[in-house]
Amino acid sequence: MQVAEFLKRISEASGVSGAESEVAGIVAETFGGLATRVQTDALGNVIAFKEGEGLPSGEHPRIMLAGHMDEIGLMVTKVDGAFLRFTTVGGFDVRTLLGQEVTVHGRRRLPGVIGCRPPHVLSGGENDEVVPIDQLFIDVGIAAGTLAELVEVGDVVTIRRDAVDLGRGHVAGKGLDDRASVAAIALCLELLGRRHHSWDVYAVATTQEEVGLRGATTSAYGVAPQAAIALDVTFGNQPGVPEGQTLAMGGGPCIGLGANFHPALHERLVATAKQHEIPYQIDPTPGRSGTDAWAIQVTREGVPTALVSIPLRYMHTPVETVDTHDIERAGRLLAAFIAELDDAFARALSVQVKKLGAQGGQPC
Amino acid sequence: MLIQELVEADGVSGHEGAVREVLIKAIEGCADEYRVDALGNLIVVKRGHGGGTGPKSVMVSAHMDEVGLMVTYVERDGTIRFSPVGGIDSRVVLAKRVRIGDERIPGVIGVKPIHLLEQAERGRVLRFDQMGIDTGMAPDEVARRVTPGTYVAFDTAFQALDEGGLRTVKGKAFDDRAGCAVLVELLKDRYAFDLYAAFTVQEEVGLRGARVAAYTVAPEVAFALEGTVCDDSPKEKDVSPTTRLGAGPALTIMDRSVVCDRRLVRLIVKEAEAAGIPYQFKQPGIGGTDAGAIHIQKEGIPSAVVAVPCRYIHSPVSVMSLNDFDHAVRLMRGALHRLEGGLEA
Repeated sequence: MQVAEFLKRISEASGVSGAESEVAGIVAETFGGLATRVQTDALGNVIAFKEGEGLPSGEHPRIMLAGHMDEIGLMVTKVDGAFLRFTTVGGFDVRTLLGQEVTVHGRRRLPGVIGCRPPHVLSGGENDEVVPIDQLFIDVGIAAGTLAELVEVGDVVTIRRDAVDLGRGHVAGKGLDDRASVAAIALCLELLGRRHHSWDVYAVATTQEEVGLRGATTSAYGVAPQAAIALDVTFGNQPGVPEGQTLAMGGGPCIGLGANFHPALHERLVATAKQHEIPYQIDPTPGRSGTDAWAIQVTREGVPTALVSIPLRYMHTPVETVDTHDIERAGRLLAAFIAELDDAFARALSVQVKKLGAQGGQPC
Repeated sequence: MLIQELVEADGVSGHEGAVREVLIKAIEGCADEYRVDALGNLIVVKRGHGGGTGPKSVMVSAHMDEVGLMVTYVERDGTIRFSPVGGIDSRVVLAKRVRIGDERIPGVIGVKPIHLLEQAERGRVLRFDQMGIDTGMAPDEVARRVTPGTYVAFDTAFQALDEGGLRTVKGKAFDDRAGCAVLVELLKDRYAFDLYAAFTVQEEVGLRGARVAAYTVAPEVAFALEGTVCDDSPKEKDVSPTTRLGAGPALTIMDRSVVCDRRLVRLIVKEAEAAGIPYQFKQPGIGGTDAGAIHIQKEGIPSAVVAVPCRYIHSPVSVMSLNDFDHAVRLMRGALHRLEGGLEA
């Protein structure tokens, strides 16, 4: 699999939280070619099932991989003459929207721009102030009457930015949070096609992560896995951000450590990385991870969960940047980890019920 | 389409060569001679047929340069620091794509993720010296290929927004490639007087090309063609839009650089009305053009400005109407022929 090519293809597809169908179509087709079967649930999650060979006992424990395919975007709130007013879907830095190109998903797709007043007409000091979102507007270059027939309140707007190769295997584009992980999962499925594995694999491209981890919530309930690994992006090192808050671009996948993650899964991931000489980093996460792992961990009776993250710069902007080497390493790490899942590990993760003999039910 | 070829070339002030090459190709076969002067102005001469009672020489100018960025320093980690070239609002460059130098190396102007911003930072405007360009390349490769002084242009594609209706298009640098494209159209006709088409340099850094071009040509009459401010987007306070998109070419009465020659303005208006071409007056007092430098050369040169309204100029992406563009061509061509009969007092 050409990771960079696949990544760019899904980056350029549309998939604002709650409206993921276009990107979901590409993902379902790709995952489908690499798995036993693929299905879509009520929230739009794409769930690929890759059957394992089973344990000697005949059991088929399930491991779930989850990476979200939704992206942050905008939504039309008002058709204002020849212009459109909008709100955000997911967390935008409003400062990055000025002068940005967009696609309005109206009756047809309308290319547009978020306009900005030229410096010539700004009064002194005006350019020292951030333009609040209620003063921003989208211009699709269409006259007022026609526009009202083409666009309605509630129409989704995506940021319009093709993906580009930068130096050293870096790729910049929109929606790489978290389609970098979707690419890593696809690579993992491809690698597993050439290896034996006893556990069943459920590879899920989740929806609505950016508005509250909702796709992960329902898909984890549906799969009911014995273990899960969420994949997401984390802050890559960049100028202006202290080193302690970031991880190294090109330093390898980051393995989460903290309350959200099962210690046995964490240790096993680290051991696998070491054994296969895959560079990795530790991502300390004191509390809420803010990822699908947070929702998956508390599904049903609780799911042993881990998090593997890919360093990414400029998160939640149209120029999100990742190092494709990190994606490849994440895919290899997952495949090696899954291929080595066995009976003993299934037992180590399972809940042990200890019988207390004849006094059961009696107060001590 | 010529306008597309023109805006896809990069020509930040002081580095207009790529735009000039496109223009030299475009004027082939429709002019008598051209020269490139010491500053890089392209001055094209179309000899007149000699009839008429009007002026013997007319200069029409349009500037080739655009606003952009220049590399000032490469940090040890490979981050490229830059300064604006020409008037750019620092707020519009965040999270944009750029291309660097003649190699057109792709880069992005990154920004700290919103997740790591403190509340006060969200309301703070970043200065140019607080931003950097990320090319993804290793620091030593950046240092080798990107040296201080390298020009940087916005990476924006040309595209039609509305095929029918307003026929709007988007792209960078319509200020003033729109003017350049109009001027090429004008060269396809022949006039009684000698027409000097001056494709000028360095307008955005102080009208510098037009100044020497006008000195050299010393025409009897001059026009500047512009892609001008069109601030007709919605706003809270009721302020003039400067010009309106789709309402026809904009005529300048007065801006910060020139008070246009009344006779020339009247002549253009007469032509518009006779030919049924829509036109509008640009809101007085906004902006400045090459006419500001031209009209004060030597003993003075009567000058006027005709412009295509362009929204969001001086940002990575602007929008104009090809209807306005076509009307500007027709209006200017007609006005030039009308000028063959001389200027009324």
